[in-house]
Amino acid sequence: MKVHEYQAKELFRKFNVPTPNGKVAYTTEEVEKIADEFGLPVVVKAQVHAGGRGKGGGVKLARTKEEVKEVADSIIGMTLVTKQTGAEGKKVNKVLVEQGVSIKKELYLSIIPDRETASVAIVCSQDGGMDIEDVAEKTPERIITVSVSPATGIQPFHLRQVCFGLELPKELMKKMSALVKNLYECFVAYDCSMLEINPLIITEEDDIIALDAKIDVDGNSMFRHPDVKEMHDPDEEDPIELEASQYGLNYINLDGNVGNIVNGAGLAMATMDIVKMAGASPANFLDVGGGANAEAIENGFRLIMSDPSVKGILINVFGGILRCDILAQGVVQAATKLKLSVPVVVRMEGTNVEEGRKILADSGLELINAVDLADAAEKVAKIVA
Amino acid sequence: MSVFIDKNTRLLVQGITGSEGQFHTRSCIAYGTNVVAGVTPGKGGQKMDDVPIYNGVKAAKKASDANASMILVPPPFAADAIMEAADAGIELVVCITEGIPVMDMMRVKNYLATKNTRLIGPNCPGLMTPGQCKIGIMPNTMGKGGGPVGVVSRSGTLTYEVVHQLSQVGLGQSTCIGIGGDPINGTNFLDCLAAFNADPETKAVVMVGEIGGNAEEDACDYIKANIDMPVVGFIAGLTAPPGRRMGHAGAIVSGGKGTAEAKIEAMKASGVHHCENLGKIGELCKKVF
Repeated sequence: MKVHEYQAKELFRKFNVPTPNGKVAYTTEEVEKIADEFGLPVVVKAQVHAGGRGKGGGVKLARTKEEVKEVADSIIGMTLVTKQTGAEGKKVNKVLVEQGVSIKKELYLSIIPDRETASVAIVCSQDGGMDIEDVAEKTPERIITVSVSPATGIQPFHLRQVCFGLELPKELMKKMSALVKNLYECFVAYDCSMLEINPLIITEEDDIIALDAKIDVDGNSMFRHPDVKEMHDPDEEDPIELEASQYGLNYINLDGNVGNIVNGAGLAMATMDIVKMAGASPANFLDVGGGANAEAIENGFRLIMSDPSVKGILINVFGGILRCDILAQGVVQAATKLKLSVPVVVRMEGTNVEEGRKILADSGLELINAVDLADAAEKVAKIVA
Repeated sequence: MSVFIDKNTRLLVQGITGSEGQFHTRSCIAYGTNVVAGVTPGKGGQKMDDVPIYNGVKAAKKASDANASMILVPPPFAADAIMEAADAGIELVVCITEGIPVMDMMRVKNYLATKNTRLIGPNCPGLMTPGQCKIGIMPNTMGKGGGPVGVVSRSGTLTYEVVHQLSQVGLGQSTCIGIGGDPINGTNFLDCLAAFNADPETKAVVMVGEIGGNAEEDACDYIKANIDMPVVGFIAGLTAPPGRRMGHAGAIVSGGKGTAEAKIEAMKASGVHHCENLGKIGELCKKVF
């Protein structure tokens, strides 16, 4: 689960990681008040879950009172388009107002779990403030990775690797070591799946400050982080995906026109692929769960029907624990209740498949039966063509 | 022969008294698996049907001589359950639980490195040696025993699909293994391929991967260097948008890594017969094997 920059910085401060003075504002008046309190200059930063905010005009410096008003007016309420938001952009409802700081040098630092080695990777570079993927591509030798085993936790030698790797002057090493150690503790304590600071700055006064902050917390760990759960911002999510999560379904919106209802994530991905291969395009990924019940199927239908671009629906269920006859009853129930406006192709296989097919055939509904997966994809592709 | 489990496997179930635990224990017993003990802390001395329950894995192992464990406990307690089983010296631990925090699995993985325990999963359907033993939640109707094909997959229902098609074209299976959809798991493709390679009964392998990580690429390197029998491979997620988690916690393309294209490329480069169309994987196996 992603949190906003200002929320990530709140977590940083709990671990004594220095951040600029900052406050959240929702209106231009609030921004002006905060600027008066901090003194000029201030930086006004749009709070949306997307990278590249600066380039999109969502982060601006204000040196005078007039500029504060101008900048706040231009950012609050704007639709921010960055390379991560897509062309439709994201509406900015709130901003973070921060006291300006003097920048001597910009560094990069992130912490991520490394799935291959089951360890925590600290990634850093002297080339902060720019797109780290570009740095990785053009000058990979300027990126340092330090791997920390959760069995030992962070040790002094890890910190030396970071400090010497960044070629820091001696007098800054102590500050940097404390900061990296604290960030590691924050990462572990909050089950982060990503923590990134770009840039991490050295000020003219030789302080090291997290000028930016990005944190993504492992959704599976929410049971032990009620404080992070409260940071969830529903405005940041696709409304259909948000609704799906309330039903306990895994739904991802795509831009095609074939709606998919599938049980199991792997089979759902494979179904999308085969729809594409048949010449059509998937409108969504929807995993109703390996052991889905009739209610999950009905909710799946409801979600897909709320997407106006859907011209046909493909149900692909491999009945295991969930028997096909129960599933068929669910489909009939949902189809009757929701008054289907587009054709539905049903492919099911597995436990009690014959009984299931009979229930569908006897229902009087206009459902199109498919004998196998390949057949199902071809049939649905023909419908939407 | 088979890999990891057979008719001599003695299974204990951690979390046997929960609703999932009861349901799937009964299903395993109905399949023919020898379930010798259950563990639910605080319910020691009771029984689930005819299965004696113990307060801990150590006591259960001592009393029942179990050599495998199936874990069906909720995510907050699953990592602890895996480590308890390894601590008790259980050789094979199969963790079905979905939703274990990554940080917990990191600790588990580092702990297991000091033990002689094989973990399968988490977030997996388990494994099955058709006709002999099932550990997990795969449907009992799945699988056709005594066959030459080993199946290894990251996904549950995708395994069912593949095994169904294999059975339909008359190809039986030696063992079917679901290694799970999490980013950090106990047993990977490579481990399963090595086991299949050492099993005289397994003459061919179907490997079902998906986007995320590079376990498929590692497996392909291994295949190229070590495996002579035919391998058919499928990768799910060609149409998955980058940066999004596709249901499985481990199924994500991030920073251009873990793409389906790269995995398919690796398969082709290592002599794996890549299956483009999942609907036809049974036919392809029949042709290749």
